[in-house]
Amino acid sequence: MTAQEIIDSLTARFGDAIVESKPDAMQPWIRIAPDRIQEVGRFLHDDLALRMDYLSSLSGMDYNNGQLGVVYHLQSLVHKHRIVLKVSVPKEQAHVPTVSGVWGTANWHEREAFDLFGIVFDGHPDPRRILLPDDWEGHPLRKDYQVQEFYHGMKVPY
Amino acid sequence: MGLLDQRFENGNVFITSVDNLLNWARLSSLWQMQFGLACCAIEMMAASASSFDIMRFGVIPRATPRQADVMFVAGTVTIKMASRIKRLYDQMSEPRYVLSMGSCANCGGPYWEHGYHVLKGVDRVIPVDVYIPGCPPRPEALLEGIIKLQEKIRRESLAKKSA
Repeated sequence: MTAQEIIDSLTARFGDAIVESKPDAMQPWIRIAPDRIQEVGRFLHDDLALRMDYLSSLSGMDYNNGQLGVVYHLQSLVHKHRIVLKVSVPKEQAHVPTVSGVWGTANWHEREAFDLFGIVFDGHPDPRRILLPDDWEGHPLRKDYQVQEFYHGMKVPY
Repeated sequence: MGLLDQRFENGNVFITSVDNLLNWARLSSLWQMQFGLACCAIEMMAASASSFDIMRFGVIPRATPRQADVMFVAGTVTIKMASRIKRLYDQMSEPRYVLSMGSCANCGGPYWEHGYHVLKGVDRVIPVDVYIPGCPPRPEALLEGIIKLQEKIRRESLAKKSA
Protein backbone atom coordinates (compact mmCIF):
# COMPACT_ATOMS: atom_id res chain seq x y z
CA MET A 1 0.00 0.00 0.00
CA THR A 2 1.19 3.54 -0.61
CA ALA A 3 1.26 6.04 2.24
CA GLN A 4 -1.77 7.83 0.76
CA GLU A 5 -3.78 4.59 0.73
CA ILE A 6 -2.86 3.90 4.36
CA ILE A 7 -3.89 7.44 5.32
CA ASP A 8 -7.15 7.08 3.38
CA SER A 9 -8.04 3.80 5.02
CA LEU A 10 -7.35 5.26 8.48
CA THR A 11 -9.33 8.40 7.71
CA ALA A 12 -12.27 6.32 6.54
CA ARG A 13 -12.34 4.42 9.80
CA PHE A 14 -11.15 6.94 12.41
CA GLY A 15 -12.00 10.23 10.68
CA ASP A 16 -11.99 12.43 13.80
CA ALA A 17 -8.89 10.79 15.31
CA ILE A 18 -6.65 11.89 12.42
CA VAL A 19 -5.43 15.36 13.29
CA GLU A 20 -2.97 15.94 10.47
CA SER A 21 -1.09 13.96 7.87
CA LYS A 22 1.74 14.42 5.38
CA PRO A 23 1.85 11.69 2.73
CA ASP A 24 4.62 13.32 0.61
CA ALA A 25 7.24 13.47 3.38
CA MET A 26 10.31 11.30 3.11
CA GLN A 27 8.78 9.23 5.88
CA PRO A 28 5.03 9.85 5.51
CA TRP A 29 3.38 10.52 8.84
CA ILE A 30 -0.01 10.84 10.48
CA ARG A 31 -0.75 12.79 13.65
CA ILE A 32 -3.28 10.98 15.84
CA ALA A 33 -5.33 12.24 18.77
CA PRO A 34 -3.44 10.85 21.81
CA ASP A 35 -6.46 9.16 23.40
CA ARG A 36 -7.15 7.17 20.20
CA ILE A 37 -3.65 5.75 19.66
CA GLN A 38 -4.52 2.38 21.14
CA GLU A 39 -7.43 1.58 18.83
CA VAL A 40 -5.62 3.00 15.78
CA GLY A 41 -2.61 0.86 16.64
CA ARG A 42 -4.73 -2.23 17.13
CA PHE A 43 -6.42 -1.69 13.76
CA LEU A 44 -3.10 -1.10 11.96
CA HIS A 45 -1.70 -4.24 13.53
CA ASP A 46 -4.67 -6.56 12.97
CA ASP A 47 -6.15 -5.43 9.64
CA LEU A 48 -5.14 -7.97 7.00
CA ALA A 49 -4.56 -5.33 4.31
CA LEU A 50 -2.36 -3.20 6.57
CA ARG A 51 -0.73 -5.77 8.90
CA MET A 52 1.72 -3.35 10.59
CA ASP A 53 3.31 -6.13 12.61
CA TYR A 54 6.63 -4.46 13.36
CA LEU A 55 7.15 -1.41 15.58
CA SER A 56 10.70 -0.58 14.56
CA SER A 57 11.03 2.41 16.88
CA LEU A 58 9.10 4.38 19.47
CA SER A 59 10.66 7.74 20.28
CA GLY A 60 9.96 10.55 22.69
CA MET A 61 10.10 14.17 21.58
CA ASP A 62 10.28 17.58 23.23
CA TYR A 63 9.09 20.13 20.67
CA ASN A 64 10.25 22.99 22.92
CA ASN A 65 6.87 24.75 22.64
CA GLY A 66 5.21 23.25 25.68
CA GLN A 67 4.41 20.02 23.83
CA LEU A 68 5.89 16.57 24.26
CA GLY A 69 5.42 13.95 21.60
CA VAL A 70 5.70 10.27 20.84
CA VAL A 71 6.65 9.00 17.37
CA TYR A 72 5.89 5.45 16.28
CA HIS A 73 7.74 4.02 13.28
CA LEU A 74 5.68 1.17 11.93
CA GLN A 75 6.47 -1.34 9.28
CA SER A 76 4.74 -4.33 7.75
CA LEU A 77 7.03 -7.27 7.20
CA VAL A 78 4.20 -8.93 5.23
CA HIS A 79 3.30 -6.14 2.81
CA LYS A 80 6.64 -4.24 2.89
CA HIS A 81 5.05 -0.86 3.56
CA ARG A 82 5.63 1.58 6.38
CA ILE A 83 4.08 4.60 8.08
CA VAL A 84 4.89 6.93 10.95
CA LEU A 85 2.39 7.83 13.66
CA LYS A 86 2.80 10.88 15.87
CA VAL A 87 0.99 12.10 18.93
CA SER A 88 1.65 15.23 20.95
CA VAL A 89 0.52 16.13 24.45
CA PRO A 90 1.00 19.20 26.66
CA LYS A 91 4.00 19.04 28.96
CA GLU A 92 1.95 19.47 32.14
CA GLN A 93 -0.45 16.65 31.16
CA ALA A 94 1.96 14.25 29.46
CA HIS A 95 -0.23 11.15 29.41
CA VAL A 96 -0.43 8.81 26.41
CA PRO A 97 -2.16 5.39 26.43
CA THR A 98 0.26 2.50 26.15
CA VAL A 99 0.55 0.42 22.97
CA SER A 100 2.56 -2.31 24.67
CA GLY A 101 -0.47 -4.59 24.36
CA VAL A 102 -0.38 -4.20 20.59
CA TRP A 103 3.39 -4.41 20.00
CA GLY A 104 5.44 -6.08 22.74
CA THR A 105 8.44 -4.00 21.69
CA ALA A 106 6.69 -0.92 22.99
CA ASN A 107 7.07 -2.09 26.58
CA TRP A 108 10.75 -1.14 26.97
CA HIS A 109 10.57 1.71 24.45
CA GLU A 110 7.83 3.36 26.47
CA ARG A 111 9.80 2.89 29.67
CA GLU A 112 12.69 4.68 27.98
CA ALA A 113 10.47 7.53 26.80
CA PHE A 114 9.13 7.83 30.34
CA ASP A 115 12.63 7.74 31.79
CA LEU A 116 14.10 10.44 29.57
CA PHE A 117 11.06 12.63 28.75
CA GLY A 118 8.64 12.01 31.59
CA ILE A 119 5.82 10.92 29.31
CA VAL A 120 3.48 8.71 31.34
CA PHE A 121 2.07 5.76 29.42
CA ASP A 122 -1.31 4.97 30.94
CA GLY A 123 -1.99 1.26 31.35
CA HIS A 124 1.67 0.26 30.99
CA PRO A 125 2.29 -3.12 32.72
CA ASP A 126 5.65 -2.09 34.23
CA PRO A 127 5.94 1.72 34.41
CA ARG A 128 9.42 2.01 35.93
CA ARG A 129 12.50 3.86 34.73
CA ILE A 130 14.67 1.69 32.51
CA LEU A 131 18.09 3.37 32.28
CA LEU A 132 18.52 5.82 35.14
CA PRO A 133 18.36 4.90 38.83
CA ASP A 134 14.83 4.65 40.23
CA ASP A 135 15.33 7.63 42.55
CA TRP A 136 16.77 9.97 39.91
CA GLU A 137 15.29 13.47 39.78
CA GLY A 138 13.89 14.81 36.52
CA HIS A 139 13.86 13.63 32.93
CA PRO A 140 17.17 14.44 31.20
CA LEU A 141 16.16 14.81 27.55
CA ARG A 142 13.60 17.53 28.25
CA LYS A 143 14.80 20.87 26.91
CA ASP A 144 14.36 22.59 30.28
CA TYR A 145 16.19 19.87 32.25
CA GLN A 146 18.51 20.96 35.04
CA VAL A 147 20.81 18.26 36.35
CA GLN A 148 20.72 17.63 40.07
CA GLU A 149 23.72 18.75 42.15
CA PHE A 150 24.21 15.55 44.14
CA TYR A 151 23.13 11.93 43.86
CA HIS A 152 23.65 9.87 47.05
CA GLY A 153 26.51 12.15 48.09
CA MET A 154 28.25 12.01 44.70
CA LYS A 155 28.60 15.33 42.93
CA VAL A 156 26.99 15.06 39.51
CA PRO A 157 28.09 18.15 37.51
CA TYR A 158 31.74 18.50 36.51
CA MET B 1 77.72 -24.33 61.78
CA GLY B 2 75.54 -21.24 62.16
CA LEU B 3 74.85 -18.47 59.66
CA LEU B 4 77.13 -16.01 61.43
CA ASP B 5 80.11 -18.33 61.10
CA GLN B 6 79.58 -18.48 57.37
CA ARG B 7 79.33 -14.65 57.27
CA PHE B 8 76.27 -14.93 54.97
CA GLU B 9 78.48 -16.07 52.14
CA ASN B 10 76.42 -19.17 51.46
CA GLY B 11 74.74 -18.54 48.08
CA ASN B 12 71.29 -19.53 49.31
CA VAL B 13 70.98 -16.75 51.88
CA PHE B 14 69.81 -13.25 51.10
CA ILE B 15 69.75 -10.31 53.44
CA THR B 16 67.14 -7.62 52.90
CA SER B 17 64.75 -5.41 54.82
CA VAL B 18 61.15 -6.40 55.46
CA ASP B 19 60.05 -3.35 53.48
CA ASN B 20 61.99 -4.45 50.44
CA LEU B 21 60.77 -8.00 50.67
CA LEU B 22 57.10 -7.04 51.01
CA ASN B 23 57.30 -4.40 48.30
CA TRP B 24 59.05 -6.81 45.93
CA ALA B 25 56.40 -9.47 46.56
CA ARG B 26 53.53 -7.02 46.11
CA LEU B 27 54.75 -5.32 42.98
CA SER B 28 55.69 -8.58 41.28
CA SER B 29 52.26 -10.17 41.49
CA LEU B 30 49.65 -7.50 41.00
CA TRP B 31 46.55 -9.56 40.52
CA GLN B 32 44.07 -7.58 38.60
CA MET B 33 40.38 -7.11 39.26
CA GLN B 34 38.74 -7.24 35.85
CA PHE B 35 36.69 -4.14 35.49
CA GLY B 36 35.96 -3.41 31.86
CA LEU B 37 33.21 -0.80 31.61
CA ALA B 38 33.51 0.52 28.05
CA CYS B 39 35.83 0.65 25.04
CA CYS B 40 38.92 0.90 27.29
CA ALA B 41 38.19 -2.70 28.21
CA ILE B 42 39.04 -3.72 24.63
CA GLU B 43 42.51 -2.20 25.06
CA MET B 44 42.78 -3.90 28.44
CA MET B 45 41.98 -7.23 26.78
CA ALA B 46 44.54 -6.50 24.06
CA ALA B 47 47.11 -5.84 26.78
CA SER B 48 46.30 -9.25 28.25
CA ALA B 49 46.66 -10.99 24.90
CA SER B 50 49.87 -12.38 23.45
CA SER B 51 51.23 -9.27 21.69
CA PHE B 52 51.51 -7.25 24.87
CA ASP B 53 51.37 -10.07 27.41
CA ILE B 54 50.53 -8.25 30.61
CA MET B 55 51.31 -11.41 32.58
CA ARG B 56 55.06 -10.79 32.28
CA PHE B 57 54.50 -8.08 34.90
CA GLY B 58 52.79 -10.56 37.17
CA VAL B 59 49.35 -9.17 36.37
CA ILE B 60 46.82 -11.98 36.34
CA PRO B 61 43.14 -11.20 35.70
CA ARG B 62 40.84 -12.32 38.50
CA ALA B 63 37.07 -12.34 38.36
CA THR B 64 36.56 -11.62 42.05
CA PRO B 65 37.67 -8.69 44.22
CA ARG B 66 38.66 -11.08 47.03
CA GLN B 67 41.66 -12.33 45.07
CA ALA B 68 42.68 -9.02 43.54
CA ASP B 69 45.33 -6.46 44.45
CA VAL B 70 44.67 -3.81 41.84
CA MET B 71 41.47 -2.67 40.19
CA PHE B 72 41.70 -1.44 36.60
CA VAL B 73 38.77 0.91 36.15
CA ALA B 74 38.67 0.68 32.37
CA GLY B 75 35.96 2.86 30.94
CA THR B 76 33.06 5.20 31.57
CA VAL B 77 31.83 5.12 35.15
CA THR B 78 28.11 5.83 35.17
CA ILE B 79 26.54 7.13 38.33
CA LYS B 80 24.49 3.97 38.53
CA MET B 81 27.71 1.90 38.44
CA ALA B 82 29.60 4.10 40.93
CA SER B 83 28.05 2.55 44.02
CA ARG B 84 28.90 -0.94 42.68
CA ILE B 85 32.52 0.12 42.12
CA LYS B 86 32.68 1.42 45.67
CA ARG B 87 31.34 -1.88 46.98
CA LEU B 88 33.78 -3.96 44.91
CA TYR B 89 36.65 -1.77 46.06
CA ASP B 90 35.60 -2.29 49.68
CA GLN B 91 35.60 -6.06 49.10
CA MET B 92 39.24 -6.09 47.98
CA SER B 93 41.71 -6.95 50.70
CA GLU B 94 44.44 -4.48 51.60
CA PRO B 95 46.89 -3.41 50.32
CA ARG B 96 44.79 -2.49 47.32
CA TYR B 97 45.47 -0.20 44.42
CA VAL B 98 43.35 1.47 41.76
CA LEU B 99 44.42 2.22 38.24
CA SER B 100 42.11 4.60 36.43
CA MET B 101 42.28 3.89 32.72
CA GLY B 102 41.18 6.42 30.10
CA SER B 103 39.72 9.91 30.10
CA CYS B 104 36.25 8.82 31.23
CA ALA B 105 37.46 7.18 34.43
CA ASN B 106 39.93 10.03 35.01
CA CYS B 107 37.58 12.99 34.69
CA GLY B 108 34.42 12.13 32.77
CA GLY B 109 36.09 12.39 29.35
CA PRO B 110 33.77 13.48 26.52
CA TYR B 111 30.81 13.32 28.91
CA TRP B 112 32.17 16.02 31.21
CA GLU B 113 29.61 18.67 30.26
CA HIS B 114 26.39 17.05 29.06
CA GLY B 115 26.78 13.57 30.49
CA TYR B 116 24.25 13.78 33.30
CA HIS B 117 24.66 10.05 33.85
CA VAL B 118 28.48 9.90 34.06
CA LEU B 119 30.53 10.24 37.21
CA LYS B 120 33.14 12.91 36.45
CA GLY B 121 36.11 10.86 37.57
CA VAL B 122 36.21 7.60 39.52
CA ASP B 123 38.29 9.40 42.18
CA ARG B 124 35.03 10.88 43.44
CA VAL B 125 34.16 7.49 44.97
CA ILE B 126 37.45 5.59 45.43
CA PRO B 127 41.10 6.70 45.78
CA VAL B 128 43.14 6.35 42.58
CA ASP B 129 46.87 5.53 42.49
CA VAL B 130 47.67 5.92 38.81
CA TYR B 131 45.79 7.80 36.09
CA ILE B 132 46.35 6.69 32.49
CA PRO B 133 45.33 9.36 29.94
CA GLY B 134 43.99 8.47 26.52
CA CYS B 135 40.71 7.77 24.78
CA PRO B 136 41.23 4.88 24.91
CA PRO B 137 44.87 4.49 26.00
CA ARG B 138 46.91 2.07 23.92
CA PRO B 139 48.00 -1.17 25.59
CA GLU B 140 51.53 0.28 25.87
CA ALA B 141 50.08 3.09 27.98
CA LEU B 142 48.42 0.56 30.26
CA LEU B 143 51.74 -1.26 30.62
CA GLU B 144 53.42 2.02 31.50
CA GLY B 145 50.71 2.65 34.08
CA ILE B 146 51.50 -0.72 35.66
CA ILE B 147 55.21 0.15 35.73
CA LYS B 148 54.36 3.48 37.41
CA LEU B 149 52.28 1.63 39.99
CA GLN B 150 55.17 -0.76 40.60
CA GLU B 151 57.50 2.22 41.15
CA LYS B 152 55.03 3.60 43.63
CA ILE B 153 54.81 0.30 45.51
CA ARG B 154 58.60 0.00 45.53
CA ARG B 155 58.80 3.25 47.53
CA GLU B 156 56.28 2.13 50.16
CA SER B 157 57.25 1.51 53.75
CA LEU B 158 55.62 -0.24 56.68
CA ALA B 159 56.67 2.58 58.98
CA LYS B 160 55.42 5.38 56.75
CA LYS B 161 51.85 5.09 55.59
CA SER B 162 51.32 6.10 52.00
CA ALA B 163 48.19 6.53 49.94
